[in-house]
Amino acid sequence: MSKYIEQPRYSCALGAQQSVVAIKRAVPILHSGPGCSGKISNLIGQGEGYAGGNTIPCTNASESEIVFGGEEKLKKVIEGAFKVIDADLYVVLTGCTSDIVGDDIGNVTSEYQHQNKPIVYAETGGFKSNNYVSHEVVVNAIIDQYVDKFNVDRTVTKGLVNVFATIPYQDPYWDGNLEEIKRVLEGIGLKANILFGYSSNGVEEWKTIPNAEFNIVISAWSGLKIAEHLKEKYGTRYLHFPYLPIGGNETSKFLRQVGDFGNLEKTLVETFIKNEEEKFYAYIERTADFMLEFRYGLPRSFYTILDASYALGFSKYLLNELGIIPAKQFIIDDTPEEFRQSIQEQFKNISEYRSAEVVFEVDGGAIQEEIRADERKNRSLILGSGWERDLANDLGADLLIVSAPVSYRLVLNCGYAGYNGGLRAIEDIYDRVLNTYR
Amino acid sequence: MSTVNLHAPEVQIREVRLGSITGFEGTAGELVKNSRLGCLKDSTRSFSQCMGCSSGNALCQLAMIKDAAVINHAPVGCSGDFFGYNFVYRVGQMERNLPAVNGRYFNTNIEEQDTIFGGVEKLEETIRGVYDRVHPNAIFVTTSCASGIVGDDVESVTERLSHELSIPVVACFCEGFKSKIWTTGFDSAYHSIVRKLVKPPKKKTNKVNIINFWGSHVFDELLGQLGYEPDYIVPFSTVAQLEHISEAAATIQICPTLGTYMGAALEQVYGVPEIKSPPAYGMIGTDNWMRELGKVLNRQEEVEEIIKSEHERVIPKLQEYREKLKGKTAYITAGAAHGHALIALLRELGLEVRGAAIFHHDPIYDNGDIQSDALAHDVNTYGDIKNYNVCNKQAYELVNILNKVRPDIMIARHGGMTLWGAKLGVPTLLIGDEQFGFGYQGVLNYAERILETLNNKEFVINLAKHSSMPYTKWWLEQNPFTFLGGDLSVEVY
Repeated sequence: MSKYIEQPRYSCALGAQQSVVAIKRAVPILHSGPGCSGKISNLIGQGEGYAGGNTIPCTNASESEIVFGGEEKLKKVIEGAFKVIDADLYVVLTGCTSDIVGDDIGNVTSEYQHQNKPIVYAETGGFKSNNYVSHEVVVNAIIDQYVDKFNVDRTVTKGLVNVFATIPYQDPYWDGNLEEIKRVLEGIGLKANILFGYSSNGVEEWKTIPNAEFNIVISAWSGLKIAEHLKEKYGTRYLHFPYLPIGGNETSKFLRQVGDFGNLEKTLVETFIKNEEEKFYAYIERTADFMLEFRYGLPRSFYTILDASYALGFSKYLLNELGIIPAKQFIIDDTPEEFRQSIQEQFKNISEYRSAEVVFEVDGGAIQEEIRADERKNRSLILGSGWERDLANDLGADLLIVSAPVSYRLVLNCGYAGYNGGLRAIEDIYDRVLNTYR
Repeated sequence: MSTVNLHAPEVQIREVRLGSITGFEGTAGELVKNSRLGCLKDSTRSFSQCMGCSSGNALCQLAMIKDAAVINHAPVGCSGDFFGYNFVYRVGQMERNLPAVNGRYFNTNIEEQDTIFGGVEKLEETIRGVYDRVHPNAIFVTTSCASGIVGDDVESVTERLSHELSIPVVACFCEGFKSKIWTTGFDSAYHSIVRKLVKPPKKKTNKVNIINFWGSHVFDELLGQLGYEPDYIVPFSTVAQLEHISEAAATIQICPTLGTYMGAALEQVYGVPEIKSPPAYGMIGTDNWMRELGKVLNRQEEVEEIIKSEHERVIPKLQEYREKLKGKTAYITAGAAHGHALIALLRELGLEVRGAAIFHHDPIYDNGDIQSDALAHDVNTYGDIKNYNVCNKQAYELVNILNKVRPDIMIARHGGMTLWGAKLGVPTLLIGDEQFGFGYQGVLNYAERILETLNNKEFVINLAKHSSMPYTKWWLEQNPFTFLGGDLSVEVY
């Protein structure tokens, strides 16, 4: 039996509405209770985007749909959405009400699919999973019910890759992260379908998913089911890089793995890496004296309260490139049992000289109690969420908010992935540190 | 008048209790008339956008009781609003010089197997866990669509655990699917408070309950002058404080959409008189409200003096603002009673109100007294309002109307609506503090902010130039009520 959660940091299955909002000119149509969408936007939806937030069509299930079923109402809302909302793709998502009552939304939606409308459905009743899992469900639904229609003669486009990296909006920095990942992949000669956000080409890009030479999953676990699915469906092989690459070491490592996997021209890959590292380490070098000399206190150990992809990415970066030592690492994404061991392995070998203790825990209140009880010998850095403000304050720790809810930060295109993200992380961390001095 | 029944675990929803509606187009006068004649009918929309739900509004009142914990018996997504209210709570702590704390909110994490086997056991385990971790003076359990449809017997669990833990463990029934009017969630929260926390009065005090959100403490001075002390409820109160609200001399509500049920319940059950005039917005509205307050608190002479001196102070300034605002047009979107209040404010300032999209309409409040009808007050005092639309946050209707009406300013009360004014290049104002416009000074406060907004066009003009519009061209050319059922489902006489 799962445990209760204080201070939730992720959403339910329906939270994947944000994955749809993140696709250019796509709109979710919710067949759910009236408040679901708003609560999701509230937690993981800073800014409406094109047609998110209050624009999202919804059947707003009431008592009569619970008793008599809601298929008729859904039909009307779908038809209205086609007329009123100017979108390239419509994705019908169910909430608890529909899934418990048992509305046949596949049947409703297929009627419009037969009319060649760009519409897809997925069952995402909140109780079914969290949004890390349903993100995969929704992406697979779009591939099966929409993208696949355009896959008449499957030709492989040399150098084209699909990237499944972060969960849009659940990762508050998704757009900036994807932009940087796309940039570095293109730097080594690939053409990347990044699929979500500003740097993607929207639905047209999705249509080329079957044409990719290979797929890249940059995530501890969420996204693997998409790559597996594509492997079965189109025989596309995939590379799994199990965390967000942050900074020089890890980004170069990531690019070399991609280069090897895709048999890319070595000199091209190495030239790009060399140029990027040169720039990256020039900045690090410029600031090294500050990090070594600043005598009034810098954080020397860190806690992460993040999802597995971020926790690993930041841990490797902070330890190996900034010399901040990992304290306990808390992973809050309800990691499925089957992936926990490999994540533990990663932390065990966090550097050549060190391993870090990792705890899988979804209850933020329990995590905070554990951190408060922990023995600390030096100034700490906490990478967590808005829930950690008092914790950080009470411990005299520095807080960088990376996880939802972010509330205290306004995010536009900030990202922590890649070379640029690594530099940004340094600026943000030490900005907060320096800001504590009067 | 609805009868408050504290024996029932659940309060009836507004549609049933008050005959409230969420769909109407016509004039404000027609709506008032139909409300009085008892022939108001709801109309539904065949196309709709996401709304709010009762559970959010219930949490909004329960989340800031300083020594209580809240458990949301739901899948984790239903608790997406936790941090939003925690943020509000913490801003309020700053304003009140209180130490920083997080609200103690928990989610039972209902999963698939719980929808099959029931989630009662999980709820019990959560209640015990929360008690051990937080040691609160009360625990509220808010329900969800999932727990409601599955049929978890939340009332029995909370009863049992109340005895076991010797603190009030209170069920608050607020399943989203039950009502289209999310303010029903306020009623649910208040029902659970009056039912399980409030104790019968032992004595009468000189306190006056102020049913409010978390706004500024504008009543301190007024009530102090009259020899009374304000007790701002429910946010930022304690369990012990709420136990004694039955002893107050009167209840004021800053907005009957919020406090209708609580105000009526305290009067019906414990004889605490409720000030029934529409809240004090606009000069005449404030005069009326002040006089009723004077009557109920037995301070008529003092109130007349205050009215006189406030008129002397405010009216000359008001004249200046009216000059400056002459000929300006406005459109309003807001919750019901506060929307009515804003209409009064704007018309007091001489703006032409070109229309309003108001989230729902209560034809009568729980006190059953027609003098509480703030919209009737608007119509009677300032004349009818055309293009009065009851619309539960349907942005598509709003955009369509705004595009046609093109007012000089849009005034919004709730988030998610302002964007559409701005995208069309219409300066838009949202004021978060409900108390900002209250009373005589409130008229001046609003006037100043409106002028400031009208003068600040650069941002919206530039935004409009660079904005995309997710609504089709077809839609923007249609009648805004194309999807509203029937031609005019409310009979017009």
